[in-house]
Amino acid sequence: MKMDKLSSIQLDALREIGNIGAGNAATSMSKMINEKIDMHVPNVSIVEFNELMDEIGGADKVIVSILFQIQGEAPGTVYLIFSMEEAEELVRHITLNSNQKLFTDGEPDEFAISALQETGNILAGSYLSALSDFTNINMHPSVPHLSVDMAGAIISVGLLELSQVTDYAIIIDTKIHDTKSKNGINGQFLLLPAPESFTKLFHALGINDYD
Amino acid sequence: MIDTKSIVKVGIADLNIVTAPTTIRTSGLGSCVGVVIYDLPKKVAGLAHIMLPDSNLAKQATFNEFKYADTAIDNMVDKLYECGVRKFALKAKITGGAQMFQFTSSNDMIRIGQRNVEAVLTKLSEHQIPVVASDVGGNCGRTIDFDPNTGELKIRTVSKGEEII
Repeated sequence: MKMDKLSSIQLDALREIGNIGAGNAATSMSKMINEKIDMHVPNVSIVEFNELMDEIGGADKVIVSILFQIQGEAPGTVYLIFSMEEAEELVRHITLNSNQKLFTDGEPDEFAISALQETGNILAGSYLSALSDFTNINMHPSVPHLSVDMAGAIISVGLLELSQVTDYAIIIDTKIHDTKSKNGINGQFLLLPAPESFTKLFHALGINDYD
Repeated sequence: MIDTKSIVKVGIADLNIVTAPTTIRTSGLGSCVGVVIYDLPKKVAGLAHIMLPDSNLAKQATFNEFKYADTAIDNMVDKLYECGVRKFALKAKITGGAQMFQFTSSNDMIRIGQRNVEAVLTKLSEHQIPVVASDVGGNCGRTIDFDPNTGELKIRTVSKGEEII
């Protein structure tokens, strides 16, 4: 299939995929921190690699990211992305400690990182299991890979496979946020299916590639 | 206008050439490699942000030459000659090629950083361009700035701050 063009029905299908995945993840998160979590309408776009970096906030923006490789029939990469402040706020909610920091003296705090990793595990697990149920395609996350680094360095990992085939990425981008707290717990799911996975996803949803 | 200091930015799978006082930058190098080739007395420098080691990996009929180490370096050297650099004066500095995550899968995309670095070194020696400084490997992202006026390459990382090579 052509990676730089999608029909509106294909775009809708991918948006629905983002909806279902993030919806389920938002429910899990809501249970975890006991607060109402909302989600935005997923943004499905076909972007050039550099545009993708800009969407995250620029290639040298420091992000907290938990990467999962999607294993199973439709491989790909899913990222859970937070800004430093968002990640810290989330860790504070989960650990019920309002002084919990992500870093102590420049070194990552083990407890915080572990909490974040575990949260990522639960969120990515519910994201992918919802997708898996919806499409009837077997997908499950790898172990979490957490990194605090520049967006360009982190996101390019998910682009390597793709970059042999195309200069564009189809991204399914969904933001979740809580409705109450002042600083807000925001997070972003970024799903980067591998090139061969699109055909599988579309087939599973009864859409053919060529319309 | 000429003495206004400006910065040319190079994106991912991209390259560009500058002449002093303009400096050149690329951001967020992970497993990608930033290759600077310059002629210091002429104050001309090129920077490529390459993603993959070998254009044989390309599964596209027409592909972006700047994405691969072999084609990007060939292309950059040609462009530099057009700007009047001398072959004997060319020097290179390279950074990047990190392994951002410790994946356990048997995928050939792991260790891509190292493969990128090796491919760049091979190509540079083919062109007989000496590598005078490098900062490669590790597991962190790098943002780099090169000043063709001084030949200094400034490397910024999240954990270690700034370093000049």
